[in-house]
Amino acid sequence: MDVAIKVADLAKRYGDLAAVDGVSFEVKTGEFFGILGPNGAGKTTTLEIVEGLREPDSGEVGLLGMRPWPRNPELAMRIGVQLQSSAFFDRLTAREQLRTFAELYGVSSARADEMLEVVGLTDKARTRIEKLSGGQAQRLSIACALVHDPELVFLDEPTAALDPQARRNLWDLLRRVNSDGRTVVLTTHHMDEAESLCDRVAIMDSGRVLTIDSPAKLVRDLHAATHISISSGFLTVEQAAGVAGAEAHVEDDGLDLTFTTHDPARILTALAERSALDGLRVRGATLEDVFLELTGREYRA
Amino acid sequence: MQSFRSLTKAMFLGFVRDKVSLFFTIVFPLMFLVIFGALFQDQGTSPARIVQVGDVAVLDDLRDNAPDSYEALFEVTRSDDLDAAVETVRQGDADAAVSQNGETVTVHYSAADRTNSAVVLSTLNGVVDAGNLQRLQVAAPDVPVTTVDNRQVEDESLSAIQYLTPGLLGWAVSISGVFGAAATLVDWRSKKLLRRLRLAPVSIPEVIGARISVSLATAMIQLAVFIGVASLPVFGLSLTSYWWMAIPVLLVGTMAFLALGMVIGAIARTGEGASGLANLVVMPMAFASGSFFPLDMAPDWLKTISWISPLRYINDALLSVMVRGNDPLSVLPQIGLLVAFTLVVGFVAWRMFRWDDL
Ligand SMILES: Nc1ncnc2c1ncn2[C@@H]1O[C@H](COP(=O)(O)OP(=O)(O)OP(=O)(O)O)[C@@H](O)[C@H]1O
Ligand SMILES: [Mg+2]
Repeated sequence: MDVAIKVADLAKRYGDLAAVDGVSFEVKTGEFFGILGPNGAGKTTTLEIVEGLREPDSGEVGLLGMRPWPRNPELAMRIGVQLQSSAFFDRLTAREQLRTFAELYGVSSARADEMLEVVGLTDKARTRIEKLSGGQAQRLSIACALVHDPELVFLDEPTAALDPQARRNLWDLLRRVNSDGRTVVLTTHHMDEAESLCDRVAIMDSGRVLTIDSPAKLVRDLHAATHISISSGFLTVEQAAGVAGAEAHVEDDGLDLTFTTHDPARILTALAERSALDGLRVRGATLEDVFLELTGREYRA
Repeated sequence: MQSFRSLTKAMFLGFVRDKVSLFFTIVFPLMFLVIFGALFQDQGTSPARIVQVGDVAVLDDLRDNAPDSYEALFEVTRSDDLDAAVETVRQGDADAAVSQNGETVTVHYSAADRTNSAVVLSTLNGVVDAGNLQRLQVAAPDVPVTTVDNRQVEDESLSAIQYLTPGLLGWAVSISGVFGAAATLVDWRSKKLLRRLRLAPVSIPEVIGARISVSLATAMIQLAVFIGVASLPVFGLSLTSYWWMAIPVLLVGTMAFLALGMVIGAIARTGEGASGLANLVVMPMAFASGSFFPLDMAPDWLKTISWISPLRYINDALLSVMVRGNDPLSVLPQIGLLVAFTLVVGFVAWRMFRWDDL
């Protein structure tokens, strides 16, 4: 099967608020798909409708060719879900927790212990769930989602509480999962994460999908300017103005001299000719700029 | 089946590691048993305290002829001053002052303590009657006399603990059943665990079945602990031969309470709400079902209410098989009523079941 998820014209209202407002997208089998958007954009609501946890007011969801709502037991074994707020059995240790989930899915406890190792919680195996740190609990929750080797994985802000090291580790894990041909859908607030992991991203705001494409394409299509900085003091204002010409914009804040340009090659060549490359930094547009451009707001964590 | 076992295990571990619920399901009702048991232990067996003024022939005769009865019935102090003796009774330091003048025995008692006065009056009357009867029989040995042979229907050793154990055990099981089911549901729902389980290959019957097994196991633990403690020599519970019939009674009873707890769990949105609502149901039910005092002593309206309380049937049945020694089949009507209650309330609970609050 080619299409893992097919969503058409999904809508969900809570009172006056349109939490999800006409969302459509498709996720292909084996694809790594990201949903981005500011707080309250409707990411979690969309995801939970697709998973079959919430009933849409209108619209169609096809999940592995089936309807997830009302409860579809056939799907249970094939999808793995990490919810935005972790859900655990009270007063069980990390290992007992994971083993219980493993047993629910008919998976061996050896596999559960292996998963515990994969998310780096072996030394916390005997720690009760209430005593785990936020990031540890989140890693356990991800392990619970992956323990039965699902072909389609949903992760709602999986790296939200993780330290940089754990985040990198999780990226590696998710890449491995995805390279095995599994489909991964995640939401995130980290643009670097989306750029690094996702084949395609959907940017949402106010319940609507603003755009869907690969991160690279989105950035390219933005036709955003490139920022080129060198240390201040190597070029006089006149020299800088000469390098910039009519096309580029120059700014000197006393530390850095920054050119904002759509023709970086020309500026860099000119700077090289003058041997003024001290402290050179080149920053191209990122997904962050795309996000900013589309939603009109800074990303808020 | 595997899911059911795993859920049961997880729930049971969560339960035994929760000190507070362990306390409320096991220790708390047991405290009532210990306190009530100690409180009612010696009631009715203490001898009457009387002050004997001068010679009282009936008492002296009893002492000489039947010293054991005399010792058991009376605790006698002697005095020659009637006024002082009456004052002692007025103060409540003695139950009666007794003097005898010829064939007239005079008893001074206080109306302030009706129970003790009644006991001492009837005891003295009995003693005097027995003396009279003996003299009449000596005078006319051919005249047949009628005697009353008193026999208590319960075991001879019947004491407060015999009534308390079944009632408080029923109450304990109602607490763990109602609270357990309500709290688990609300907890798991508010912590989103139920929605997570909804995505797993787990069915509603498996989730509910796990809760049922944990509650049934808890009820059996409660039974064992209660019988164990009440049978200690200090309390002296003595069970009749069909006490084991308490097991099926408690099993169906637990189901009835679980159904009730599931309805409460479906209504309540927070843990506090659930335990408040559960209290609102369990406490009045315990009073209306004779868990703390026999229903015979209750006003009529309370007796009427008791007919709709599942706890009443459990208490009746437990008392019947554990203490009265009735045969096992005699509690079938109660078991039938409990099953009916479970089916009706359980159906309502089933219809009200929610995976989440959204
Ligand atoms: N059960 C609910 N009842 C009422 N309103 C809700 C409910 N669930 C979500 N909403 C509203 O719908 C909107 C979208 O919420 P959603 O959780 O999907 O956002 P999100 O994109 O996941 O945000 P975040 O980045 O904070 O996780 C929000 O404004 C939220 O207040
Ligand atoms: Mg969210």
